[in-house]
Amino acid sequence: MRAKTKIRDFHQARWNEPIIFDLSTPGERGILLPEIEPEVEASAGGALDELPGDLKRSNPPGLPEMAQMRVLKHYLRLSQENLGADLNVDIGQGTCTMKYSPKINEQFAASPQLSGLHPAQNEDTVQGTLEIMYQLEQFLKAISGMDRFSLQPGGGSHAILAIVSMIRAWVDDRGLSDTKDEIITTIFSHPSNCAVARTKGFKVINIYPDPKTGRPDLEAFKEAVSERTAALLITNPEDTGIYNENIKEFTDLVHAHGGLCSYDQANANGIMGITRAANAKFDFCFFNIHKTFSSPHGCGGPGCGGVGVKEHLIPYLPVPLTSFDEANNRYYLDYDVPKTIGKIKDYYGVIPAIIRAYAWIRSLGAEGLLEAARVAVLNNNYILNRIRAMKGAEAPYAEGEHRIEQVRYSFQPLKEETGCGFDEVQRRICDFMCHLWSSHEPFVVPEPFTIEPTESYSREEIDEYLAALEKIIEEAYTNPDVLKTAPHNSSIHHIAEHEYLDDPKLWAVTWRMYNNRFEGYFEPKKEQQ
Amino acid sequence: MFRLGLIINPVAGMGGPLGLKGTDGEEILELVLKKGALPQAPSRAAHVLKALSQEKDKICLLTCPGPMGADTASQCSMPFETIPLEINQKTLPEDTRRAAKMLQESSVDLLLFVGGDGTARDIGAAVGERQLCLGVPAGVKMHSSVFALSPHHAAEIALGLIKGRRPQPRLAEIMDIDEEAFRADQLRARLFGYLPVPGSQRGLQVLKAGSSASEKAKQQAIAAFFVEEMDPNRFYLIGPGTTTRAILQALGQIGTLLGVDALQDGKIMGKDINENDCLAFLDQAGFEQATIVVTPIGGQGFILGRGNQQLSAEVVRRVSKKQILVVATPDKLQLLRGSPFRLDTGDPELDRQLCGIYRVLTGYRESAYYRAEL
Repeated sequence: MRAKTKIRDFHQARWNEPIIFDLSTPGERGILLPEIEPEVEASAGGALDELPGDLKRSNPPGLPEMAQMRVLKHYLRLSQENLGADLNVDIGQGTCTMKYSPKINEQFAASPQLSGLHPAQNEDTVQGTLEIMYQLEQFLKAISGMDRFSLQPGGGSHAILAIVSMIRAWVDDRGLSDTKDEIITTIFSHPSNCAVARTKGFKVINIYPDPKTGRPDLEAFKEAVSERTAALLITNPEDTGIYNENIKEFTDLVHAHGGLCSYDQANANGIMGITRAANAKFDFCFFNIHKTFSSPHGCGGPGCGGVGVKEHLIPYLPVPLTSFDEANNRYYLDYDVPKTIGKIKDYYGVIPAIIRAYAWIRSLGAEGLLEAARVAVLNNNYILNRIRAMKGAEAPYAEGEHRIEQVRYSFQPLKEETGCGFDEVQRRICDFMCHLWSSHEPFVVPEPFTIEPTESYSREEIDEYLAALEKIIEEAYTNPDVLKTAPHNSSIHHIAEHEYLDDPKLWAVTWRMYNNRFEGYFEPKKEQQ
Repeated sequence: MFRLGLIINPVAGMGGPLGLKGTDGEEILELVLKKGALPQAPSRAAHVLKALSQEKDKICLLTCPGPMGADTASQCSMPFETIPLEINQKTLPEDTRRAAKMLQESSVDLLLFVGGDGTARDIGAAVGERQLCLGVPAGVKMHSSVFALSPHHAAEIALGLIKGRRPQPRLAEIMDIDEEAFRADQLRARLFGYLPVPGSQRGLQVLKAGSSASEKAKQQAIAAFFVEEMDPNRFYLIGPGTTTRAILQALGQIGTLLGVDALQDGKIMGKDINENDCLAFLDQAGFEQATIVVTPIGGQGFILGRGNQQLSAEVVRRVSKKQILVVATPDKLQLLRGSPFRLDTGDPELDRQLCGIYRVLTGYRESAYYRAEL
């Protein structure tokens, strides 16, 4: 830690703000519309007259009734009560690639020139947008080595769905439906790979990591591959941040058995300009455009999963593609895809994510992308070395090796030695204006946490985060109650345990459901019968 | 009020520091006491009770007299009631059994017991599969998966229940070793039964997975896949365990939880069969037509030699490695924390040969390939 690294004396805003429905006052309005003039009404009819009767509500919706100023204050207060990406050090949200999205890119995406477009406009009037889509595809082709891309999917899992739909179509097309019915994936690949494969009617085989190296167990993989293998869906590096340098051996083996290979590059932040899917002989790949390229992951609006394929699979891509007619010097939406899996998203896909990615790539250039990847890897390994030295934390697998863009760590020693594990650290770190994500399955790594610094964070911010972690670990050994009763400086104090997530009977996913089941904020009204 | 039962086996763990491999049996206990061994369990129980005292207003603690509970509880500022149990001056296994029975009859929501494998066996013998239990590790031998990882963890799990969490119980194995053989440096573990323990014994991780499917539903999914793949001409030796039992239940068969059953064409051909029966069935069916179906011991990963000794080295030697099918829910695999399956057939050479990759059914049309090592 640098001498100047200080832990911030932080306290979050606390407004004790009610839910907006509780703020409603009957009759209060934001805007009072003038009565329609009688002559206008006589000429044009009532606003709802042309709506079919069975589409009209019999009762007005139960929306909150508030004046504008109160609405503004309500949402500003709420915004001060969260740890947004523009406020906190977000490197604890590993796997999500929480990089800084330059504000100018946000302005492009929100510009009236774009937001004013109607998706059903004539193609000739949206040539600029189509050109951006076309050019972004060329960039992605260069980055991956693939031959064509579809930007239609609205996120990573949607991209996986598109890919496995193409695998299904490819298998059926060859009359192999009965014989090629298995898909192999790894336990540390994103669980959507397994889930989508099942959704599309394949049997799924999971490969666990080699206990020492953390890489997918090659021997197990060899046992799993057979003539029944339709495809391999794999991430590399996986959430452990360990790069599988034997990846081509995996793809070669699948190809030798007549299967296809798909590379889940949802997070490609550590390998841009360094490795390419095509070089490892993948038939498919996808990028989370909204994650690696400019936009931070999650809650930043809808995403975009760009799906790339090699030449032999272009006929299966979802429609429309964006093509260029050289003879007429115009871009157009191309529906001429003979074996397409069809349309999977409305209109053009998610244009704001595409615009941001285009702007980000253009601003960095090829050298800049490579530099971003290198800095992300450097940041990550700096953190890895610091955390390896922390008592109570460990980085399972691949001892002594470098990692790529993130690491799945474990607080298991801390838990065993102090009784404080991930949950306690997660709550306590809010007191230092930082965030730590619980990480997802597989829980092969106990008390897991994942840190991914990306290229955006400075050494000072990384040091601040690590200083907070060190302080919390020290507290766990000397005064664990501080952790167990945390957070102390946050907008909300220690909230209910996770059982609300575990029991569907306690779920309240709408306000109406919440009202029916609970009173207060977090206390159950009564046991559900 | 949360009704919490507590049984401390005051002699549990005392043999450990003396290098004895257990404290079971009066003779060993005499030796332990003569050598001046100090009790281990009360301090571990106190650790749990002190952690629980933060919620003491919500707890009705029922415990046993003297060293089996009351002595420790009274030092932990925790209000408690003592059950009317007469215990021997030097506590014996039957004291644990009677206490467990009495606490079960007192309708405790959770029975915490502090001890080792021997204590777990006594608890299991007394309350069967009808009482939610949790072991606080304090014994010399800790082969059972009914124990929390540490007193810390036990307190955390109990606090969760006290605060209203209701995770699906899961049946965890009660294992114990043959102590006489063990003291002669031969390790032989047996499966003695199951106790229901709170589902997410390793903390909150299963909850974070967002899974709403219970362990039982996952076992049923595995069973459905097994039945779909089952070859009516093959002969299956179904090992002990709740996951393997689900297969037999899916076929409408009533098998044995702790024993080995022989299955063909969806019907049980032999129930609770021993090693010789297994060999006879294999001879009759033809070795190549047989599949051995086993499930790993929770948290430890033994697939052969612990809890299924009927599937002896002699039996296993007659089939190829590919004829051994493992069934395990994803949670059970993940509880191994990346460790491989283990083998302990009693024949080191055979164990060595059996190392390698196994196919594991993990769900409906889902499987894994997983490594076994020595």
